[in-house]
Amino acid sequence: MMLLGLTPLFWLFINIALERLGANPIQAIHFYLGDWTLRFLCLSLAIGPLIKITDWKWILSYRRMIGLFTCLYGSLHVLNYLWVDHALVWRSIWLDIIESPYIIMGLIAYLIIFAMGITSTKSWQKRLGRNWKRLHRCIYLASITAVIHYFWHLKGNLAEPLLYALIISMLLGFRIMLWWRTKQIRRRGELAIEETTRA
Amino acid sequence: MLIKTKKEIPASEITAPEVFKIRRTLLKSGLAALSLGNGLIPAIAEAIEKPTPANADKLQPTPLKFIQNYTNYYEFSYNKEDTTHLAQKLTIDPWSVEISGAVEKPGIYHLEDLLQQNPLQERVYRFRCVEAWAMVIPWLGFPLADLLKRVKPTSKARFVEFTSVLKPEVMPNANTKSMLVWPYQEALRIDEAMHPLTLLATGMYGESLAKQNGAPLRLVVPWKYGFKSIKAIVKIHLSENQPISSWTHAAPDEYGFYANVNPDVSHPRWSQRSERVLASGFFTPRKQTELFNGYAEQVASLYANMDLKRYF
Repeated sequence: MMLLGLTPLFWLFINIALERLGANPIQAIHFYLGDWTLRFLCLSLAIGPLIKITDWKWILSYRRMIGLFTCLYGSLHVLNYLWVDHALVWRSIWLDIIESPYIIMGLIAYLIIFAMGITSTKSWQKRLGRNWKRLHRCIYLASITAVIHYFWHLKGNLAEPLLYALIISMLLGFRIMLWWRTKQIRRRGELAIEETTRA
Repeated sequence: MLIKTKKEIPASEITAPEVFKIRRTLLKSGLAALSLGNGLIPAIAEAIEKPTPANADKLQPTPLKFIQNYTNYYEFSYNKEDTTHLAQKLTIDPWSVEISGAVEKPGIYHLEDLLQQNPLQERVYRFRCVEAWAMVIPWLGFPLADLLKRVKPTSKARFVEFTSVLKPEVMPNANTKSMLVWPYQEALRIDEAMHPLTLLATGMYGESLAKQNGAPLRLVVPWKYGFKSIKAIVKIHLSENQPISSWTHAAPDEYGFYANVNPDVSHPRWSQRSERVLASGFFTPRKQTELFNGYAEQVASLYANMDLKRYF
């Protein structure tokens, strides 16, 4: 599983070494790493619904690793921007960020993913208690800002970000549906209890 | 015509030095390879004798393979590399340009005739895309002003509108209406069109333009974002009213009529402060974008007393 997650990265290094990334390799690396961050993000969001539908509880053990891969590719995406592209010229980076709403959206997503990566260990989970779950629920927000980040950097052709938007809205929609149903069941249960007590 | 720029791009900031083909030799040897017919040769022969503009030797051109494999030609594809092979299906011979509107001599002009009348010059220009990447391109072309003077604009000619070729049978995106309305159209104010920097290009690196780069005839306006420099021109129309160009039509808040390169005016979704010069290598800083793409000295007077934030 570990090797599988690193395969895209090996492939990237091969392409860099063979100079197969075209006229703007920095941008090609950037898009590639961004794409894989989004793919891992979608995958990690798919685990929950998949267990609900199929009852394959064993896949839950892979969720943390998939989340950490999201964090890894996201970190490399950010590092490529800061270091490979902007050569750590902080003034230029600062101006670029504050004037680019699409970067701000990406930054929100990354900060959430980064915080989740850091706190992914058992000890952090214990230390944060109830807040750990609250923090990790922010991934829903991160997935939304990540897709906006993708949309907003493009000039026009929106086919690919639309695909990710569709996948993420389906995965989030599944959760909303589930939450709504349990709420209704609970209400029905409460109503039933009320009626029996009345009788 | 000698065009001097005060601010030159230092060689260290530009493209890694690659085989920069010796232009003059190529110009001579390339003549036979030109597919535009015999009419072109006298025009080019004349060009060889022309002195190169002063700035030509100081700007380091981007390698040709990068210029030819990184093009926005949305009629063919939204992918900058797929356009390279897709554009080859376009037939560019014979080619003519219809000149109409407020001119004394409207008509259909054959490309060979235009080339015979207008000697080609080499101009090494910076090229800045609205997507924040940049190149340096050694164009081969002639000033648009030369052509316009010949067709004699009337007093009503305040704007010049250009239209690209549209061939749905070879252009996969010509039938989609999701982004831009075809044919692609661009326009300049008459004084911008008459400016000596404004070029109609037919080649680069001493050879004919590649089809994906806008062959056989394209506009080059070096102080504006690249989308203004329309490719494969079939119509030039002079009008009294300001035309709406394709990108402005698609997103008026994002792409204005002027589209002058300006680091102080961001695109609504991204900054225009800096640019990635192609072939400049990993870990090298971006270039700070200059007002009017570094041609302020020559063109700023066109926009005196204009609020550039409003007229973006």
